[in-house]
Amino acid sequence: MKRNHLAAPYIVWMALFTVIPLGIVLYYAFTDSITGAFTLANLAGMSTYAGIFMKSVWLAIIACAICLVLGYPVAYFIATLDNKLTQRFLYMLVMLPMCISFLLRTLAWVALLDDTGIINDGLVKLGLGALPLARNNAAVVLGMVYNYLPYMILPLYTVILKIDRRLVEAAEDLGANGTQVFTKVIMPLSLPGIISGITMVFVPAISTFYISQKMGSSGTTLIGDVIESQFKAAYNPNLGAALSLVLMLMVFACIALMNKFSDGDDEEVITL
Amino acid sequence: MKKANGIFTGVILLFLYIPMIVLAVASFNTGTDIATWEGFTLSQYAALFKDGSLLPLLRNSVFLALLSALIATVLGTMASIGIFTMKSRARKIVMAVTNIPLTNPEIVTGVSLALLFAFTGTLLKIRGILGFTTLLIAHVTFNLPYVILSVMPKLSQMDGDLHDAALDLGCTPVQAFFKVIIHEILPGIISGALMSFTMSLDDFVISYFVSGSSFITLPVEIYNYTKKPLQPKIYALFTLLFAAILLAMVVMNLIQARDMKRKAAEHSALRGRRRAA
Repeated sequence: MKRNHLAAPYIVWMALFTVIPLGIVLYYAFTDSITGAFTLANLAGMSTYAGIFMKSVWLAIIACAICLVLGYPVAYFIATLDNKLTQRFLYMLVMLPMCISFLLRTLAWVALLDDTGIINDGLVKLGLGALPLARNNAAVVLGMVYNYLPYMILPLYTVILKIDRRLVEAAEDLGANGTQVFTKVIMPLSLPGIISGITMVFVPAISTFYISQKMGSSGTTLIGDVIESQFKAAYNPNLGAALSLVLMLMVFACIALMNKFSDGDDEEVITL
Repeated sequence: MKKANGIFTGVILLFLYIPMIVLAVASFNTGTDIATWEGFTLSQYAALFKDGSLLPLLRNSVFLALLSALIATVLGTMASIGIFTMKSRARKIVMAVTNIPLTNPEIVTGVSLALLFAFTGTLLKIRGILGFTTLLIAHVTFNLPYVILSVMPKLSQMDGDLHDAALDLGCTPVQAFFKVIIHEILPGIISGALMSFTMSLDDFVISYFVSGSSFITLPVEIYNYTKKPLQPKIYALFTLLFAAILLAMVVMNLIQARDMKRKAAEHSALRGRRRAA
């Protein structure tokens, strides 16, 4: 049995449905929506959306930072538990929310935070005034943090689990205090997990459109919303393709930059 | 320190489950507004099973997830074995392409496939090309990398001599392939298949761009719903799904706990006997 022919169907599949579609995105990005002639107008129009691009990057960075700060202690706690059963159970508890439709979970947050939502109803009943909890940037970031936090915790958990306990003991024996053990041993060793966690949160956060639609308002339009509307409302696929192209290049540039900080070979971490 | 960290973990877990609590409570509400509690009822559950508008969509989603996971698992496993025997340069190129759907934002994957289908549609003059086939192609495409990345590590862990040993001991190449290679990498194949199934079942973004009105999955329909008032029976459906997954998890954990206890008991019994002898 010739084993190297086994990859042939896959290679054909990926050429047809991954490489060629990206070529078609390029084609649409550089052609006019009506005449089909070559044009740079779509890409030149990007400057109109510079503000929205910036905002998407900014909110995604904030969401990443919050996820890291919240996710690291959780991953560390679960990964260093001595009881393997509790460890497995907590790990599954972190995974479980991802099995439930993220659309519905986001809607539940809207129900909680809306002007006439559950929290504000409670506040009004207590005699306190209602707070503007939803339809702003903070709500969009909350939606991102909520939805993507498990993506941060899981790679961190996998990496911290693999850290050799004896290294920590050795550092302690050699006189390092708790803070030093963390900054000199644990942190550097969990760097690949941090990098892949950030990537796994950043990519969906920068390109989301559902969260910003539901948790935000017209003032929180993100790049994903603009792309979505080019295909589902305004129907200008050429502009949509140009926006997608820029988004993709931005994401790849960010990932390349991130990978410079780690030693590369972290495929395993990304897929868990 | 450890204790504070434990409490913090508890708070974060609670945060992750807040929406589930809201959905579960809403499923027992007599009113239709998720944010206003009016009274307890089970009628949403009755409505869910009586009128069959949601269950067929769930069936669509499950069918699509099963079929796309099956195709991706077979293609992906074959591909992994093939890629594994490739020369390092060819292997690098194929793995780089494999990483594209993993790193690309979902919306870009969705848009690129939608454009491909639109392009093919105008080229072949097919109207309404978006449907089951386009959804299936898209799902297989985003599932394939997950299968490959869970099978490949098992291949590198495998002892290459096992296959030769099987051949020496009289296996035909086909027997050696199934009895040795497939057997050795089976855990990777299973985890790839499971991952594909879950990814596909819950996918919204890519499905949204490549599905037409002829075949709709549950997540896409929920998105369409959210433009009109949501039917409360959808909360009932998700509370049931959530309860089922949670139950399966707890049962799995209990079985593992029993196994571990039994193993520990056997171990200490064995040690005791050894000491006696």
